[in-house]
Amino acid sequence: MEIRVDNLAVARGGVTFLQGVSFQVAPGQALILRGPNGAGKTTLLRTLAGLQPPVAGTILLAPEAAAYGAHADGLKSTLTVRENLAFWAAIHGTDTVDSAMMGMDVASLANRRAAALSAGQKRRLGLARLLVTGRPVWLLDEPTVSLDAASVALFAGVVRQHLRGGGVAIVATHVDLGLPEAAVLELAPFRVRAMVRDGFDEAFA
Amino acid sequence: MRALLLRDLRLAVRSGGGFGLGLAFFFLLSVLVPLGVGPEGGTLGRIAPGILWVGALLACLLSLDRIFALDFEDGSLDLLATAPIPLEAVVALKALAHWLVTGLPLTLLAPGLGVLLNLPPAGYGWLVLSLLLGTPALSVIGAFGAALVVGLRRGGLLLSLLVLPLYVPTLIFGAEVVRRGAEGTALATPLALLAGISLGATALLPFAAAAALRVNLR
Repeated sequence: MEIRVDNLAVARGGVTFLQGVSFQVAPGQALILRGPNGAGKTTLLRTLAGLQPPVAGTILLAPEAAAYGAHADGLKSTLTVRENLAFWAAIHGTDTVDSAMMGMDVASLANRRAAALSAGQKRRLGLARLLVTGRPVWLLDEPTVSLDAASVALFAGVVRQHLRGGGVAIVATHVDLGLPEAAVLELAPFRVRAMVRDGFDEAFA
Repeated sequence: MRALLLRDLRLAVRSGGGFGLGLAFFFLLSVLVPLGVGPEGGTLGRIAPGILWVGALLACLLSLDRIFALDFEDGSLDLLATAPIPLEAVVALKALAHWLVTGLPLTLLAPGLGVLLNLPPAGYGWLVLSLLLGTPALSVIGAFGAALVVGLRRGGLLLSLLVLPLYVPTLIFGAEVVRRGAEGTALATPLALLAGISLGATALLPFAAAAALRVNLR
């Protein structure tokens, strides 16, 4: 599953953040997005996931190929770990709940309600959700927030296994994931200098 | 798709799901109105259809903002929007889940509360039928309103203001069916209109609501 992004411009709230973003990711490769807070990493990932349309440019990536891992994990606190994962597995038509729980080391918490998990455990559960989607392209927004060093290493192993299977990962992160083979895209050069509204004034539209 | 429906039902009946809220409101209203209006002169029986319908409508309104707001807050809505089921189906299923935990129990509870309100005997069947036909419209219209205000902090007030005018036709024809049924006069017209509103809303509004969600998720 190759991804090709050409001359992409993305906006949030009517303000264009990034323009002229072009990159390519081949199957089995990971791309790490770097940039200061507010650089537009999340906006870029949401655009790639198909949650918002690009301002300009083209994205060669079918939205149904991408699994989006956002800041929020999409967990229901009154459901157990297994129920949370089983729901997303059913939505995506897969049955890999058990292997996903093993993969992110939440199997021992299977019958605990998500409300009773620590922040790091919730995060691990949120990342296990990626495994049950069965989708080849992972779009990850700060996946390692609140993970300890051991869990970061565990997650890097999961990502590496995903890449070995021909998958793709695009990761926005500030920390070192332990994936030295991944390409890095620095977003700062693509930032729009003056933060002007892009000619669209809602009041007069 | 069944998984989404089952999840919403499960969340509704677990702690903090708000399952009993609408029912409790409907019950309290129907208990308090006779105390406020007083028993004499058959007034109560005359206003019973209207009171029951207004009660059911407000009970529905109480739980509307939960339809999408909770999923929006914990990020599930973003993930559902990128999931393989169409967003229109998500809206329709969530409206169905809302109806199953509010509209349907309200319909089943209503005859019992009709006794408290001294509803004439001929009206009971029509009360149940009109609620059965009308409450789906309340859930679907409500889901549309909830989709419009998703992402707004404290969107509940705006939601009520948006949705109440849209609820008016359902209320008028629903109460009219029960009133005419209680009096024993012809009621085919309001009944057909009530069913028409429900069917029309169910057919069209999931698309409108999905469009509103897509805009709000940007």
